[in-house]
Amino acid sequence: MTDAIRIGRRSFVIGGATIGAGLVVGLEIPFGSTSATGAEAAPEINAWVVVKPDDTVVIRIARSEMGQGTLTGLAQLVAEELDCDWSKVTTEHPTPGQSAARNRPWGDFNTGGSRGIRSSQDYVRKGGAIARAMLIQAAANDWKVPAGECTVEKGVISHAASGRSTTYGKVADAAAKLTPPADAPLKDPRDWKIAGKSLKRLDTADKTTGKMVYGADVTLPGMLNAAIKDCPVFGGRMASYDASKIAGFKGVKKVVRVGDTAVAVVADTWWHAKTALDALPIVWDEGPNAKVSSAETAKWLAEGLHDSQPAVTGNQNGAARAAIAAAPKTIEAVYGYPHQNHAALEPLNATVLYTPDKCEVWTGTQNGEAAFGAVVEASGLPPEKCDVHKMMIGGGFGRRLFTDSIKQAVLVAKQLPGTPVKLLWSREEDMTHGKYHPVTQCRLVGCFDANNNLTGLHMRISGQSILATVRPEAIKNGVDPVVFQGLTSTGDAQLGYDVPNLLVEHAMRNPPVPPGFWRGVNINQNAIYLECFMDELAHAAGEDPVAFRRKLMGKHPKHLAVLDAVAERIGWGKPAPEGRHRGVAVYMGFGSYVAAAAEVSVTDGDKIKIHRIVAATDPGYAVNPAQIERQIAGSFVYGLSALFHGGITVKNGRVEQENFDSYDSLRLKDMPKVESIVMPSGGFWGGVGEPTICVAAPAVLNAYFAATGKRIRSVPLKDSNITFL
Amino acid sequence: MTVLVINGKSIQTDIEPDTPLLWAIRENVGLTGTKYGCGVGQCGACTVHIDGVATRSCTITVGDAAGKKITTIEGLAENGVLHRVQQAWIDIDVPQCGYCQSGMIMAVAALLKETPQPSDAQIDATITNICRCGTFQQVREAIHAAARA
Repeated sequence: MTDAIRIGRRSFVIGGATIGAGLVVGLEIPFGSTSATGAEAAPEINAWVVVKPDDTVVIRIARSEMGQGTLTGLAQLVAEELDCDWSKVTTEHPTPGQSAARNRPWGDFNTGGSRGIRSSQDYVRKGGAIARAMLIQAAANDWKVPAGECTVEKGVISHAASGRSTTYGKVADAAAKLTPPADAPLKDPRDWKIAGKSLKRLDTADKTTGKMVYGADVTLPGMLNAAIKDCPVFGGRMASYDASKIAGFKGVKKVVRVGDTAVAVVADTWWHAKTALDALPIVWDEGPNAKVSSAETAKWLAEGLHDSQPAVTGNQNGAARAAIAAAPKTIEAVYGYPHQNHAALEPLNATVLYTPDKCEVWTGTQNGEAAFGAVVEASGLPPEKCDVHKMMIGGGFGRRLFTDSIKQAVLVAKQLPGTPVKLLWSREEDMTHGKYHPVTQCRLVGCFDANNNLTGLHMRISGQSILATVRPEAIKNGVDPVVFQGLTSTGDAQLGYDVPNLLVEHAMRNPPVPPGFWRGVNINQNAIYLECFMDELAHAAGEDPVAFRRKLMGKHPKHLAVLDAVAERIGWGKPAPEGRHRGVAVYMGFGSYVAAAAEVSVTDGDKIKIHRIVAATDPGYAVNPAQIERQIAGSFVYGLSALFHGGITVKNGRVEQENFDSYDSLRLKDMPKVESIVMPSGGFWGGVGEPTICVAAPAVLNAYFAATGKRIRSVPLKDSNITFL
Repeated sequence: MTVLVINGKSIQTDIEPDTPLLWAIRENVGLTGTKYGCGVGQCGACTVHIDGVATRSCTITVGDAAGKKITTIEGLAENGVLHRVQQAWIDIDVPQCGYCQSGMIMAVAALLKETPQPSDAQIDATITNICRCGTFQQVREAIHAAARA
């Protein structure tokens, strides 16, 4: 590959409909700096625009939509540069199979890490701009005038001098035959008319009528349904089952082993499959983890907090240990954060049609290419005989970055070649076979000089690394960089404080509970650890928590700006209404600066009412402010659900929580309006879906302390008998 | 044979009477707007109207629902006109992933039938559906908007 842009022109099939006449612009622009390693290692840049003769513009979206609004936001960015009529925009997902067949013209499909927009905005905008240039050129050629004399507005191209005009749809065929320009300038975001606006989502209507088809709703002719049970003990195996005991069960077609660890019942309906599965005698080989418990894991993690145990360093300056040893005053605290399950409301599922010649899958996935890889692997077929059709996702939160359920579905369908099979997990299977938020503890020590200035801070995290399990090749010298999210001096999640002597360490201890990326990942607990402890330090210093923080934030103006914004909005420094108390938190994650301020009252010492909660975020650019506000509010609901009701515990190697009755979620009555401040300062692209999640919990915990004088240092609050009023 | 009356149509079926209504609606009748989220009456994604009352369809059997008037999200619009709750949902752009919203809309439609101008406290007490995306403030806003419509 070279740096050249290549344009594909042949029509092809997407989503069952052939795109015929019209412009299909595809870009393959590998980064020059990485082109030495070939196109495979430089997948970053791609975009597609289709213009139909009726002026409909189909914008292809490679990233997944799971409610976060990326589908609409990416379409806005392309449409902005294209200058098309927004009311005529539709979208569709290319499949990863098509992408593989065409040398990855759409680049990365991964929709995790709040990257949906920030890591593809440049090339999707470029795709729109280049398509615009080609459409204008086609009109100019027809009119035999210079393209520079033509203007375009809402998909209508005009030539003022001759008084002529035409539409994108009319020139699309001619435009598709042109050689594309090597480059096309992007607009200054200050000139945006479609991007940057709070436009309505493109996918709402069908979600209000029941018409939207999620993976769980896929129905194919002759389809059978499968229910599955995987070994309830992590690392265990399925030894045997006795299918004769369910021989007469209605609708049952087949009982199948799935890999080494699971068994599935295939029936005409899922209810029949599940009913039979529940009655199926299964013998599990529980393996080496049959005695694992969260209580024992907690003790093991606590040992890792001691300086005598091995640890690696994630950030340091000065000499924190020495400063603490010599200081006239020190403060110490230990915090902890448990496993959490994603519990997306749509249980995991995949529908597979396998024949010896082809394996097609319909599923909701956050990473189409990972899903595609899983299908290739599990089917044993070559990539050109596989494909994945991405369905609307009923909640992802990181769980659907993983492909375990997709592999299972293929392994089931392989045993019924020619018959489509939908595998659907029960809620119980989802709760007990998650990819859980990692479990950690943290010991923090701060020290002061004689004037109560903070002179040293030592954070020692003990516990689980996600990458050690999920991507072990990313661990270098024992360091999982993601563990230190929000606590480092470089990167997209930087510490916002300058402390003269700083040491941040990690003692990696990995219990045999599968970890995963859970909305916000490690900023969830790291923000609680740091921001609640900053509150403790402020009180130890006898200072106002906001004033105390501000003194340490001189070199971090963006962190400071969001803190100031929430402090001002909540009325920090002015008296709160009678009986209400306030707390703040500030952090950085996924490239964005975030802060929160909460105002709570506490009844009988253990019943919290959140009266107000304010959030601020600086994501650099705001592509759709209304959707960003919804992501902020939604992230607070998710983060506070985990704080109050969450916590996955293990006993005898098994997850104890099986459904929402023991792993509850916030309800409408508990959640006040989130007062959002979206304050993009420009010059960088930060994420939106995750960053704000981490400041809700520490702001509420700090407000709880202000109300009660009591520090809560462990999650969930239900374990401290603290609930919502 | 059991007769289910769904969205105004009588459907004769040989589904086992102890089958949860949810699965009969989704798998036997083929109306997939009603969602499975928990199966134990916690999340409300499967909410339908039974004789006008919001009911979690995973907790009632086909036998118990037989002959009663069942309305699913697909039957909420009348004569091609969206219910005012659906319209408010669109106007305020409520859904995120949308998976819980069929149940949420059905619960709200039943609330407004019973209590045309609900207070926030009445909304809090009645709308207990789980939304993992956290659309609650748009839900509340849309309930009030639908009540005014």
